[in-house]
Amino acid sequence: MRDTTSLLPLVVRDLRLEMEGRVLLDVPIARIQNRKRSVVLGPNGAGKTLFLKLCHGLVPPTAGSIEFTSPRSAAEIRRKQAMVFQKPVMLRRSVRANFTHALAMAGVGWSERRRIATETMAQFGLTALADVPARVLSGGEQQRLAIARAASLNPDLLFLDEPTSSLDPTASRQIEDMLEVLHERGVTLVLTTHDLGLARRFADVIFFFHGGRLVEENDAQTFFSSPQSAEAQAFLEHRLFW
Amino acid sequence: MLQDMTILSSVLSLLGGDGGRLLEIVLLSLGVTITAVVCAGFVGLPLGAGLALVRFPGRTVVIVLVNTLMGFPPVVAGLVIFLLLSRSGPLGGLGLLFTPKAMMIAQFVLVLPIVVALSRQTIEDLWTEYRDHLTSLGAGRLGSIPTLLWDARFSLVTTMLAGLGRASAEVGAILIVGGNIAGFTRTMTTSIALETSKGDLPLAMALGVILMSLTLAINGLAYGISRVGARFSGKS
Repeated sequence: MRDTTSLLPLVVRDLRLEMEGRVLLDVPIARIQNRKRSVVLGPNGAGKTLFLKLCHGLVPPTAGSIEFTSPRSAAEIRRKQAMVFQKPVMLRRSVRANFTHALAMAGVGWSERRRIATETMAQFGLTALADVPARVLSGGEQQRLAIARAASLNPDLLFLDEPTSSLDPTASRQIEDMLEVLHERGVTLVLTTHDLGLARRFADVIFFFHGGRLVEENDAQTFFSSPQSAEAQAFLEHRLFW
Repeated sequence: MLQDMTILSSVLSLLGGDGGRLLEIVLLSLGVTITAVVCAGFVGLPLGAGLALVRFPGRTVVIVLVNTLMGFPPVVAGLVIFLLLSRSGPLGGLGLLFTPKAMMIAQFVLVLPIVVALSRQTIEDLWTEYRDHLTSLGAGRLGSIPTLLWDARFSLVTTMLAGLGRASAEVGAILIVGGNIAGFTRTMTTSIALETSKGDLPLAMALGVILMSLTLAINGLAYGISRVGARFSGKS
């Protein structure tokens, strides 16, 4: 079945991103553990998205290290992870072609692409939409496509940036169900959200960001019952602050 | 009234009795223009995409230069190509001067900057949308070019039509490098120029009407095809 030699844990040390003299992100240390559901929590502008982009390798850090456990080539590390963006990127093609394109980029052969695409669409209830242009799908369907497309690449580690932020409750529910399925399959999920409800239901581990800094990394239960930092307490009590 | 009936009867007589000669001119015009535009597309679209994605020193200068070349005066382009292809020029040995090939080269040179400049803009805009996703897939900038060209295909049709417009309306360059030789390098635009200077205004007008109709037909067809395609891929 799945490759058991995981990339994880991912250890981030002294990670900093500066732009024009401003510190945008500052993470002294963070550990993303294998098969744990990590939720990156914090108010808008806290640096959640940047943290994901740096971990995923989309933005190079100014300083610090992002280390995967098993030593592999950069290309292999890239292949073993995927990311779903806040505003899902929909290629101007059919739903099916969105899958086969991603798989082609990952180096999957032609007939194998078709097979995996068909299989993944069936798993996530997208079969009926296979030949529909991706860009006419509803917001919820686009998000499902984006997550299924990332899942079809069979990653060890999947980053999701605000996967439910712009969706109605039903669509959010479907997304959460998808994430549960992926979690059951052994994919390590890291998602950002400012939705406390989602974080409570879903998280094993919380990374709480504020003002570009990782303020607290804690077991989810502990975080919600007795947060260590004043910022997290304020956030959980819905007190406005910045 | 500028001899309305004369123009009309000239159009009819061109289409009817004297059709053979007209057909020759029309086919040559279409052949030269379409070959030039297609070649400019094959070369210019990847170049435009490359210019949109690849960062290199002097890129801004190149972009400004290409944008400027969109307004390259055709007669100047014609003159430069004339000098290159003339017997004593560096490419004189090819014997291309005063042939349809020389006209294709001239139009290719005129259309290329339009294709490069406009496609660069289109691809750059699409890249800002696709960048994170394609980078996440490990495509890299150069590896992203085929995806971007394909996904921008409907916008790029307009780019190609702009190039076609430049080529089909063009007279200065092909007149210089083609020589307007009857039955060999005489196109619709050079015929119009010639008939006008000869004073045969109805004939010139008639040719003009035919040229306009053809251009309209090609543009309408291309636009229609791209609209239908866009609807099927959900762009609109």
